[in-house]
Amino acid sequence: MRIDRREFLKSTGKLVVLTSAAALAWDSLIAGRPEAAPNYKLQDHWWGFAIDIEKCIGCGNCVRACKTENDVPLEPYYFRTWVERYHVPGGDIEHPEVDSPDGGYAGFPPRYKPGDGAKNFFVPKLCNHCAHSPCVQVCPVGATFESPDGVVLVDKTYCLGCRYCVQACPYGCRFIDPRKMTVDKCSLCYHRITKGLTTACCETCPTGARRLGDLKDPKDAIHDFLRNNKIQVLKPQMATGAKAYYNGLDASVR
Amino acid sequence: MRKFLKDEQHLVRMAAIFLVGLILFLIARAFFVPKDFYKYGHFRAGALADNAARPLGFAGREACESCHPDVAEARKGSRHDAIACEACHGALAKHADDPGSLKPTLPDAKKICLVCHRQDVTKPKTFKQVNPQEHMGSEPCIACHKPHHPEIA
Amino acid sequence: METLLHGVEGFMYPNEIELQWSILIVLYPFLTGLVAGAFILASLERVFNVVEVKPTYRLALLTALAFLLVAPLPLQLHLGHPERAFEMFLTPHTTSAMAMFGFVYLWYLMAVLVLEIWLDYRKDIVLMARQSTGHMHQLYRAMALWSDNISARSLEIDDKVGRFITIVGIPSAFLLHGYVGFIFGSVKANPWWSTPLMPVVFIFSAMVSGIALVMLVYMVASRKRGTPIDMRCLDTVARYLLYAFIIDFSLEMLDLVHRIYEADESFKSLDFMVHTRLYIPHILIQIIFGTLLPIALLGLVQLVRLREGVRKGLYAAAGLLTLMGIFAMRWNVVIGGQLFSKSFLGYTTYKLEFATREGLLPSIIILILPFLILWVLVKLLPPWERQEPAA
Repeated sequence: MRIDRREFLKSTGKLVVLTSAAALAWDSLIAGRPEAAPNYKLQDHWWGFAIDIEKCIGCGNCVRACKTENDVPLEPYYFRTWVERYHVPGGDIEHPEVDSPDGGYAGFPPRYKPGDGAKNFFVPKLCNHCAHSPCVQVCPVGATFESPDGVVLVDKTYCLGCRYCVQACPYGCRFIDPRKMTVDKCSLCYHRITKGLTTACCETCPTGARRLGDLKDPKDAIHDFLRNNKIQVLKPQMATGAKAYYNGLDASVR
Repeated sequence: MRKFLKDEQHLVRMAAIFLVGLILFLIARAFFVPKDFYKYGHFRAGALADNAARPLGFAGREACESCHPDVAEARKGSRHDAIACEACHGALAKHADDPGSLKPTLPDAKKICLVCHRQDVTKPKTFKQVNPQEHMGSEPCIACHKPHHPEIA
Repeated sequence: METLLHGVEGFMYPNEIELQWSILIVLYPFLTGLVAGAFILASLERVFNVVEVKPTYRLALLTALAFLLVAPLPLQLHLGHPERAFEMFLTPHTTSAMAMFGFVYLWYLMAVLVLEIWLDYRKDIVLMARQSTGHMHQLYRAMALWSDNISARSLEIDDKVGRFITIVGIPSAFLLHGYVGFIFGSVKANPWWSTPLMPVVFIFSAMVSGIALVMLVYMVASRKRGTPIDMRCLDTVARYLLYAFIIDFSLEMLDLVHRIYEADESFKSLDFMVHTRLYIPHILIQIIFGTLLPIALLGLVQLVRLREGVRKGLYAAAGLLTLMGIFAMRWNVVIGGQLFSKSFLGYTTYKLEFATREGLLPSIIILILPFLILWVLVKLLPPWERQEPAA
């Protein structure tokens, strides 16, 4: 049976059109997943974080809340966020005493006494969601990335667990989840902020030392925070474009 | 043709093997690379939805206040109004979704206040903190302070 | 796991307490370094016409192949998800040295090493195909790509193409191991690693280890076969080992002097680490016994006239010390780079287990495996006599 050229082109064309239509339908099916936030537009947000050292009381609420909200292993080697206690004797910024017992999960057992001429304060730490992130740069496959709205996230189904990103992070924010053997880190509670909620750590911080900020929102309080305070980021010399902004960061902080 | 490449025949065959390898690789690529890769950048676009799809642990204070407006009212004017409910009451999204499924337990009054208010030299000087022995001895905090509105007029 | 906390001195960021890269990641640069070094030795003859080392030419290539085939194994064992490793080829992130390295490895294996070995051996493969029967015959026929042509013209073409591949192979070998150096050297977060010298140091220490390895394999193989060692060859190989060593040592000293002089924020912490936790692997094993002593032994042979037997003994000792020293160097880079905190306020310990996925036992097996493969390769493609066609 001979098929003439016109017939062939017609049937092929039909096949192509139908396949593309099916592909489009499939795409929109995936996009319309009920858990994903339908009203959230990526391009409307650029997330940052404000930390006020002068307000942190080292209660550890944030560490506990984060581990609860994000199912982080409870062993003392895996933290999406943690708090460090600084004791700077005589103001000697080159020799601070620093501790972080279980990341501050159970608070800080009393250690220092007043009147010894030292400077004492707490420093909460988390992923800085760097705009020029060295961890994203080194990932061999694209399993970690910066989202269009400024959050550095991990694709747990794609991560090989090579640990290169853990090495490349100057701040020690990343760890390997021993249960999944993929990398994990602060996701800025992406599942919360895309629904208009704040992060678990900010929600439970009693003093407002931790505040999520949307740098693209002109009404967000983070703009006043950045304007009215002397702001620092951790390890500015690394030029990572860190977006966790600190007020009251002492020179002794590592 | 045959005579032309007689002495290079083995090289042609080797080149053919390389070519086949390359083609197989390109086919594998077309097959295995996730379809939504490269959409926003060098990552699988579906990972955004994956990260957004985690279930909530904390409901957020708005959710609490929508069912407990009396408590929200009681806290007005107090320093504790700045604190979210779940900071003391724990993660209660399950309760907010279905109140009957999870009855929240009251925080332990003997311990929870001191988590923040126990005096410590590391805490900011401006923060209200007490030495428990000096301040109340063996009395519980709630003997004098209401947790939702702790100021004593 | 609790014991890890006890091993912490000072302050570490909580996520830093457990080391990320284990002995397997020490093995990887060690193995690829041997490959690059063995190849450079082979190209000394092919490209730079150092005819004295010709007896080691084929042996060096087979050694390189044996080690290159095993090199991905420690990486696969280390990955959290080895089944996803192929993603590096499917969606390589071009900003990642690790991703691009997958292609460098593949290029080097297929386009350089396999081709060069094939072209150099092709005549012998065809002859062995003609002289064998049964399965071996099928194997050799397949290896010859079912070509029976070993006419003078075809061999001439092989030689030309082979020479071209070797020329391309030299920068490829530098790229192979320089890239591994760059994987470490480009990590700005880690001051022990971050230096532009890292790829260069890796290349030259690779050359040192590769030359030492081939030298030792040649000595052992000759003894096993009962054939006399070509002393002119061995003396030349040892001389090149010394040259490479001097350059390597100079580079490492340059790095050290630079660190001490600039004394940046990381210096105190790293200095303390080298003098305490890294004293044995770094000062003793790598520098004193692994570099200075072999240089002294090899230098002695250049300065003083010594009998053949004495020279052989010195070369063997120097070769073994060299391999130990270069392994220590990889250890000190990889493990050393993770023992100190990026806060520069503390140190942790590395707990090397025995029979776990990333333990000592798999590491020993990985080190033995290339020699087994080499033994098979040597049986299959004897690097000794060149076959002549049957009259």
